[in-house]
Amino acid sequence: MGKEKKYTPAEKIKYFPRRGTTRREFILTMTTAGTAFALAPKIGYAARQRGIPVFENVKLHLNINGAARNISIDPRVTLLDLLRENFSMHGTKKGCDHGQCGACTVLVNDRRVNACLILAATCENAEVTSIEGLAQGDKLHPMQEAFIKHDAFQCGYCTPGQICSAVGLVKEGHAKTDADIQELMSGNICRCGAYRNILAAVKEVQQNA
Amino acid sequence: MQPFSFSRVHNNREAINAITKENDAKFIGGGTNLVDLIKLGIENPKHIIDINALSLKQIENLPNGGVRIGALVRNSDLAYDETIRQRYPVLSQALLSGASPQLRNMATVGGNLLQRTRCPYFYDAVFPCNKRQPGSGCSAINGYNRSNAILGTSDHCIATHPSDMCVALTALDAIIHVQGVNGERAINITDFHLLPGQTPHIENILEKGDLITAVELPAMPFAQRSFYLKIRDRSSYEFALSSVAVALDVNGGTIGQARIALGGVGTKPWRNKEAEQALTGAAANRATYLSAADIAVKNARGYKYNNFKIELAKRTLVRALETTGGM
Ligand SMILES: Cc1cc2nc3c(=O)[nH]c(=O)nc-3n(C[C@H](O)[C@H](O)[C@H](O)COP(=O)(O)OP(=O)(O)OC[C@H]3O[C@@H](n4cnc5c(N)ncnc54)[C@H](O)[C@@H]3O)c2cc1C
Ligand code: SF4
Ligand code: FES
Ligand code: FES
Repeated sequence: MGKEKKYTPAEKIKYFPRRGTTRREFILTMTTAGTAFALAPKIGYAARQRGIPVFENVKLHLNINGAARNISIDPRVTLLDLLRENFSMHGTKKGCDHGQCGACTVLVNDRRVNACLILAATCENAEVTSIEGLAQGDKLHPMQEAFIKHDAFQCGYCTPGQICSAVGLVKEGHAKTDADIQELMSGNICRCGAYRNILAAVKEVQQNA
Repeated sequence: MQPFSFSRVHNNREAINAITKENDAKFIGGGTNLVDLIKLGIENPKHIIDINALSLKQIENLPNGGVRIGALVRNSDLAYDETIRQRYPVLSQALLSGASPQLRNMATVGGNLLQRTRCPYFYDAVFPCNKRQPGSGCSAINGYNRSNAILGTSDHCIATHPSDMCVALTALDAIIHVQGVNGERAINITDFHLLPGQTPHIENILEKGDLITAVELPAMPFAQRSFYLKIRDRSSYEFALSSVAVALDVNGGTIGQARIALGGVGTKPWRNKEAEQALTGAAANRATYLSAADIAVKNARGYKYNNFKIELAKRTLVRALETTGGM
């Protein structure tokens, strides 16, 4: 999995909060980051004594782009933030963060979904495929090839979501006409308006499928 | 997001025990409504119970000719189910008109039944809203209420029920199966959601500990001839301004039975039995449809920016009836 990254104490708190004391609770209670680690267990104890609920991390086992991952996370972490923040996979984009744009589309167990509205903790044993997982080594996925060939993007921000969504659409197999493809790609907004070329790319892959 | 704790449950009993034990606990299905509202601070559960491992994912044909749909069946799986497409097309069409393919892949039947309003003031914590904060007032009544309801409103709330699926279920006379602390019960969908009255924050008749387990569609052979029409500001990925679910039994130009439900205009999915009666036994033609439409909106009340919905609801109904029953 590449080189081990060294984390500063502040990053450790951010990415690997300890059981029994969440980052938020810690931040609420403490003002100086440096003393966090020494005091963390005591804070959990103090909070329990004062009747403040202590929110525990959740253990999560899942497979992301072919690699098994085990992690302990704050239950509030969305699948989108898990990919981007915990695993530094920045291909999946955050647009609206509320299910309204499709930029965060990934495949979970082969179905396209909006990663921004999924609590990662609900993905126990799931297989997640993001844009980083579509290519086989240096060989791009046919949908990636088609997007390039048909110039199906301008700024590219919506593109990872468009491509994952299009891969899901082809797998689902419900689109018969251009109008069907447009309707079934309507969960992905493109601010640059590359829709015609996106349609051409999806159509080509679908015909070859 | 406010902090919350999280647990996974593996059978109905465990789910009910878990939600009864905790204060401010919520089940999570697809999370497409709940996570959105938690991010905005509109829902603040202290504990979340993941019910996705429960065995509530089947669509079964019942011996009485009906169909039983598990509460965790995803909206897309239900919409594309062959039985549903053939015998209850209105339900398939309603589901496919809602949200986006990604959201439908996530959203569950149980969660869809309980999705909360899209009233813009409910979503914006800066404004008073009786539904979000009981007693604070309603910003929509004298505000920009273009998307709000014209049927079933009260002086305390005029928010529409946003679900498309529920409109079809209402026309189909669906039964909601619930399991709770005191066992199981079956609730007709028309009794499931509540009018806002003086307590708009209480939206349905569920009690603490209740788990929705299934939705049952009664046998309704004439529902093979059913249709969902949705009118909105853009042609996809948008909530209804007005929608209609109809099922018609037409024989030799005469209407036998009729089922009508309106969406996008009511504070709950809106069934109007009087309008159904006006259709029953009448000739299947435009004059009949127009008089049924007049009856359907007889008690409607507009609120400045949504006055147009009264005429829109009528036209939506007439067009849906023409499409289903012929002219
Ligand atoms: C951008 C966007 C556009 C949308 N457009 C439309 C649209 O056009 N038409 C439409 O109809 N809908 C639309 N929706 C709403 C969508 O249909 C709902 O969010 C979805 O159906 C909710 O299902 P869920 O499983 O994700 O619910 P969740 O978010 O998981 O849960 C919703 C509520 O139900 C409760 N719950 C869930 N399952 C059960 C159960 N079995 N028993 C008891 N309680 C339960 C939860 O505790 C929660 O309170 C849209 C949503 C978004 C984000
Ligand atoms: S209509 Fe209902 S939801 Fe909207 S502001 Fe008024 S009370 Fe709140
Ligand atoms: S970021 Fe998820 S839909 Fe916009
Ligand atoms: S390419 Fe820019 S948003 Fe789609």
